[in-house]
Amino acid sequence: MSARLEIRTDVCTGCGLCTSACPFGALSLVDGTASVSDACTLCGACESSCPFGAILIRRTGTVAEGISGYSGTMVIAESREGAIDHSTLELLGAARAIAEAEGGPVSALLITSVAGDGPKVLSEHGADVVVVVEDPALGHYLTEPRAAITRRIITERKPAIVLAAATTTGRDLMPRVAKLLNTGLTADCTSLSFDPGKGCLLQTRPAFGGNIMATIVCEGTRPQMATVRPRVMKALDPDPSRTAEIVRIAPEPGELVSRVRLEGFRVLDEGIADIAEASVIVSGGRGMKTPENFSLLSEIAGLLGGSVGASRAAVDSGWIPYPHQVGQTGKTVQPRTYLACGISGAVQHRVGMQSSDTIIAVNRDETAPIFQFCSEGFVGDLFEILPALAKEIRRRRGSA
Amino acid sequence: MRIVVAMKQVPDTAEVRIDPERNTLVRDGVPSIMNPFDAYALEEGLRWKDALGGEVIALTMGPPQAEAILREAVSMGADQAVLLSDRAFAGADTWATSHTLAAAVAKLAPVDLVLTGKQAIDGDTAQTGPGMAATLDWPQLTFVGRVLGIEGGRIRVERYVEGGVETLDSSLPAVVTVLKDANTPRMPSLRGKMKARSLQVTVWTAADLGLPQSETGLEGSPTRVVRIATPESRSGGEIHRGSPEELAAILADILLGEGGGE
Ligand SMILES: Cc1cc2nc3c(=O)[nH]c(=O)nc-3n(C[C@H](O)[C@H](O)[C@H](O)COP(=O)(O)OP(=O)(O)OC[C@H]3O[C@@H](n4cnc5c(N)ncnc54)[C@H](O)[C@@H]3O)c2cc1C
Ligand SMILES: Nc1ncnc2c1ncn2[C@@H]1O[C@H](COP(=O)(O)O)[C@@H](O)[C@H]1O
Repeated sequence: MSARLEIRTDVCTGCGLCTSACPFGALSLVDGTASVSDACTLCGACESSCPFGAILIRRTGTVAEGISGYSGTMVIAESREGAIDHSTLELLGAARAIAEAEGGPVSALLITSVAGDGPKVLSEHGADVVVVVEDPALGHYLTEPRAAITRRIITERKPAIVLAAATTTGRDLMPRVAKLLNTGLTADCTSLSFDPGKGCLLQTRPAFGGNIMATIVCEGTRPQMATVRPRVMKALDPDPSRTAEIVRIAPEPGELVSRVRLEGFRVLDEGIADIAEASVIVSGGRGMKTPENFSLLSEIAGLLGGSVGASRAAVDSGWIPYPHQVGQTGKTVQPRTYLACGISGAVQHRVGMQSSDTIIAVNRDETAPIFQFCSEGFVGDLFEILPALAKEIRRRRGSA
Repeated sequence: MRIVVAMKQVPDTAEVRIDPERNTLVRDGVPSIMNPFDAYALEEGLRWKDALGGEVIALTMGPPQAEAILREAVSMGADQAVLLSDRAFAGADTWATSHTLAAAVAKLAPVDLVLTGKQAIDGDTAQTGPGMAATLDWPQLTFVGRVLGIEGGRIRVERYVEGGVETLDSSLPAVVTVLKDANTPRMPSLRGKMKARSLQVTVWTAADLGLPQSETGLEGSPTRVVRIATPESRSGGEIHRGSPEELAAILADILLGEGGGE
């Protein structure tokens, strides 16, 4: 499909309403008439802002041809040793909500070396159809075989929407498949809804380091593909009475070829491995002052069954390794409780943790930005408060 | 080794603000910088050039002013700079961006390795590298925290994934997307700065790449941004003051009450 923005200079009064309506700063007044720059995304905000009908977005092309025959939502399942990832169950929850409006079936694609009870779990959590591709060669994730199989199955089954988790696997696989299928892919969505009028999935995601939320559509090509941030969508409670249709498909020999070989996999120590999955994170920033002081945090994390996180300032100072970093250039986390100690709450840190259920801040500077958005703020010296807290938790546990 | 490093000029998102009344991005006075992740991709390219010989080509697609980051790359040690600039490229999503960059890599053949940053800090998609690999039909290695070696037409890397680190071995040519763990980017050298000043940046248009308008820019982009909005902001919660012991007691109430208690 193609589209272009047309400004009817004969009708434009140069009132400037469109220039302030444009979210991208793409419109300006040149010699008393509106003029558009390369920053334009054809979002249409100006079109509706112009009282004179001087701005028109002309859409031409072959939308209908490219999209007919596609229906339903397909979830790309992730599993480890036969166990389905929680992020996949969340996607099924989201897919069921989309299906209410979209009308098509919810399917799950499980590519694995051991399907085990995976198909049953997928069915109980909302899949109407489970497509299983099981082969001993499909154990550890490798891009090329997964992309080849995923692409073929999408082409054969024609889902209108394809969702994968925004994990390192989903974010590796989906852009390759989307490019090969010549269709659009929206990264790391935090909200999805189906617009029945347009027949389009509205895909909303943070961009510009979380400073804005952008809603993106893929109108002219199918499927509409998205990766979805883990821990944002809700999984449905399993319903054992649900029984999905199971479709078994064998990989074609050529699809198993990979130019990349797995030589080894090293599990990282818990604290490092799972800040993205932890339900409690105790995080430290520049206020921690030295690497040794991080033991204060691991002590409390240990007591609460949580993991240790850090701001970039702490990581850059070499106090704790990068896998612990939370924020724009680190990990996005969404624990139940995020305890930020000696962290000022700069926007780049905030975007990585602001969706936590409860944010607790300990900082001695009451003007620190983190106090503007935390759920509970504690003004004081962390070197006094944290040891007292550890003692208090032990005391309560001991007497409980 | 002939190494291409794809890099992007981005607004420094630390400085991007939303105008609360109009709900639009305030871009006035926002500095443009080299995407911070791309400095790690460049450094990785320079390291392997230093070790194995060859050359590093800095490649960007963007408006004419994007050549600033190419000069920066040359001041750090890149040998050549290519700017893809054409009105037809404007408004590209990751499909069109990776398509256009891949066409440039093909034109620069023979290329052994394409390096990209993990993601650009404006779009935050991390899709351009895999998109290029798909277009070129090359293997891809994403989220690479360490390049272990390049030898005999193969590359070995560590890829950081949920729960651990994979060691992968791939044939070249390949596309590798680099995390900041990989290295510490070097500072520009005096010699580099002088070279950057007199550098002739190669500029290619859609016609130079042989790409039809339908495959570039807005027209070649399957996705479209239809709305932008300020994220819902949380308002500050309750602020507690007191002695360390008092504060510790309230903290313990909240933390253990949240389900941490037995
Ligand atoms: C492109 C880009 C990407 C970035 N990505 C990230 C990212 O991913 N993650 C990230 O975290 N940052 C990131 N940053 C950096 C970010 O802007 C901030 O510089 C950083 O988050 C600050 O870390 P901090 O809060 O630990 O340090 P500071 O801002 O220095 O804050 C330290 C705080 O500790 C408090 N304090 C000091 N001593 C004590 C004490 N004894 N008791 C109690 N409180 C105390 C101080 O009052 C202060 O508020 C990025 C920046 C850029 C430009
Ligand atoms: N316009 C561009 N020109 C050159 N490289 C780019 C461009 N856009 C993205 N890249 C590269 O692709 C990486 C990922 O970008 P993104 O997919 O936008 O998050 C960046 O770190 C760059 O290395």
